[in-house]
This record gives sequence, C-alpha cells and structure tokens, in this order.
Amino acid sequence: MALASFQVQLQDSLPDLWRYAFSLTRDRVQADDLVQDCVERAIRKQKLWMPGRPLKPWLMKMLLNLFRNSRAAGRMRQTLPLDERIADTAARADDDSRLELVAMARALERLPDDQREALLLVVVGGLEYGQAARALGIPVGTLMSRISRARAKLRKWRSESELPPVRSVP
Amino acid sequence: MSADKPMQTVNDDLLHAYADGQLDGRERDMAEAFLAANPDKAAEVADWIRQNAALQALFPAAEAERQVRHLPRPGAGLSANSNWPPILRVAAMLALMAAGIGGGWFARGVIEQGATLAEADIVREAMAAHTVYASEVLHPVEVSADQETHLVGWLSRRLGAEIVAPDLSGAGFALMGGRLLPAGDGPAAQFMYEDGRGRRITVYATGGSPGLLASFQFEQDGRVMGIYWQDEDLRYAVVGELARDELTDLATRVYRQLI
Repeated sequence: MALASFQVQLQDSLPDLWRYAFSLTRDRVQADDLVQDCVERAIRKQKLWMPGRPLKPWLMKMLLNLFRNSRAAGRMRQTLPLDERIADTAARADDDSRLELVAMARALERLPDDQREALLLVVVGGLEYGQAARALGIPVGTLMSRISRARAKLRKWRSESELPPVRSVP
Repeated sequence: MSADKPMQTVNDDLLHAYADGQLDGRERDMAEAFLAANPDKAAEVADWIRQNAALQALFPAAEAERQVRHLPRPGAGLSANSNWPPILRVAAMLALMAAGIGGGWFARGVIEQGATLAEADIVREAMAAHTVYASEVLHPVEVSADQETHLVGWLSRRLGAEIVAPDLSGAGFALMGGRLLPAGDGPAAQFMYEDGRGRRITVYATGGSPGLLASFQFEQDGRVMGIYWQDEDLRYAVVGELARDELTDLATRVYRQLI
C-alpha cells in the first residue's frame, strides 16, 4: 500500500501527537508548544524522513525527545494541580468515573518515566507495538515488558486503593 | 501482531495485543478462547482494558481533534506570524509547505554513514577538544568570528550537513570562532564562545547515525561538564567549566536554534 505524502501523514498524525503531548505534560499549553516544535522540526528535517516508512512513529520519536530535553532543562512548568488538570474531562463524568480518572491520573504520575512513556505511546499515541518500539529506540520485547510492568502496577495500586482502611490494633 | 508469524501459544504479549486491539481475527479468536477458559487471566485482561478506557478518557481524542482542527487552509493569509497561537502557526506552516515554500529551507548533503563514534566517545572527544583549545591564548580558534559566514560554510561542507553557529548572546556568550577536528574516521566542527568574564564553552558537532535520536545526556570530568545529544542528522555536545544548570540552559538554546 502506497503511503500518503509527507504533508497528508503529518496532518493526519496531529491529533494523536497532541494527545500524546498532553498525556506526557498533562498541560494543554505545553502540549501545544510541543506539537508546534515537533512540526517545525519535522518540516525542516523532512529530507531525512525515508519515504515509504510511516511518518507517525518518526514524529512521535521527535516529540518525545523534545519533551525529554525540555524536562531535562527544567523548562516544563510546574504541572497544574491534579484536580484542575482533569477538571474539564472529569466534570462531565459521573462520580464513580471521576474517582477512577483521578486515581488513574495519580497512578500515572507514580509510574517510572520509561514505563509511562511506553504505555501512553501505545494507548494514547495509537502506535502499533513495532512502531512504538522503533520510536523509543528499544526492542519490541523491552517495550512489551515496560507495558506489562506498567499495567501490573496500575492494577496493584487500584486493588490496594479498594481495600478497606487498615485499623490499628489496640 | 503480524499475521505472518503464527502464534503457537497464547502468552501475555498476545493478551496485551488483545487488550490494545492489535490482533487480527484469527489471533483474536485464540485469545478469546483462552480467556474463556482462564477466568483469572480474563479478570486481569479486563482490568487492562479498563485502564485503557480510563487513559482514553483522561486524554480524550475529541479534545485533540478540536485542538488541531483549524488546520490548514491553503490560500488564506499564510505567513507564519509568531504572534499567532502556536497551533495556528502549525497550520500556517503546513499551508506554506503545501504551497511548496517551506520544507526545502535547508538543502542538506548526504550524511556519510558508518564514520561515526560511539555515543559516549562524542562527549569525551568534545571535552578533550575543549580542554586543549579553551586554554589557548593566541590561537583558540582556527577561523575567527569576524569570518563567520566563511567559517560556517566551510564546516558545513566538511560535515556534509548544514550547520549554524548558534547565537548564544542571550546567555552572554559571544562566538569567538571555530575549527575543524578529526573525530573517529570523520570530521567534527568546534565552535568556541566566550562570555564577559572570560569563561569559554565549546559547541561541538559531528556526523550521526541517521534515525538514532537521543535526548540530553550529561557527563562530567573534574570541573568540565559536557552535555550531548543526537538529532536527526548530527550529534552535538556542549562543553564548559560551568554549573550543570547553566550549561543545560546553553545546550537548550543550541538545541532550539538547530531545530
């Protein structure tokens, strides 16, 4: 199957790029900036993209590096308070779902960076495993193990939060 | 999961792929049959699917679509005005590109493959070059900053990739000049900068392995600190006897200008 042109693929990738940027930064303004930088970079580096390869993994890889470099340089703003961050989303949800979303947002923050980046790249960024592994520069086996460990932790934390509070024994 | 590799058994990788909707019909049937016979595993996989749903809800696709939906309207006032909200500037860039104006700003030479150093060697070479030349009083650079155009053109030709001497004046560092250096089997470019207090830093660039991107890595040797990274065509290092925060700020300026 012939792949669409650079521009068409770039445009088609924008929503998922933005979502991945938002999931990494948890901040809409920073997500905008990341996507902006990523697109500028991709256009300037267009000659280095190999036509015939899907563009989205290449873009995701660029976006992730931009994100990591900003974070290393301390350029990321202090993230907003959790409730404010998910307010827009959760306001429309009922109480149970809202609690679940808040719990998930908290749990995400506790995950190690490499596991969070891998899980979100697949679930939110919408990459297939092979593409996600290439974007992260790791073998597929490593990707699977990061995703698996992330899911095991999320599951464990969730079941812990459902336990009744521990009572101290007199 | 690819259809050309037959799965012999149902393992966790296949079940993750099931939860992520990455299976074809036959594999999906296998996974479902397995889950029907293994309730414990089925509960775990149901939990993964629930996690996915929560993540999808936290970072909704609909919002992303809204955020980028202004895109692009070729023909409608197309200058990439920096006062525009970022996402509109993306639209303008895409429109420019559609009009065939953008994209080819930097005609690049073909990067030679293979003539590259191992990752960690880059920063060591850069630190060695810095240590040797930063202390030179008479000849810290081969071509001085007053011939910047010549310097940049020369180094770009030798590296086989368009390079610029980043402007670090915002951080108080002025370009002194640069030189060409050997790096492994290939060439490397060194730019040297100095601030008002006489402190010098090196910006170093050499050929990379295309497609291997790396984010900032830090290296310290005594008082000399180095930061290196790899972008789409070159590998870079910024070196100096500076505190980590200050050097990181400089590396970020370099990185952003070389975008």
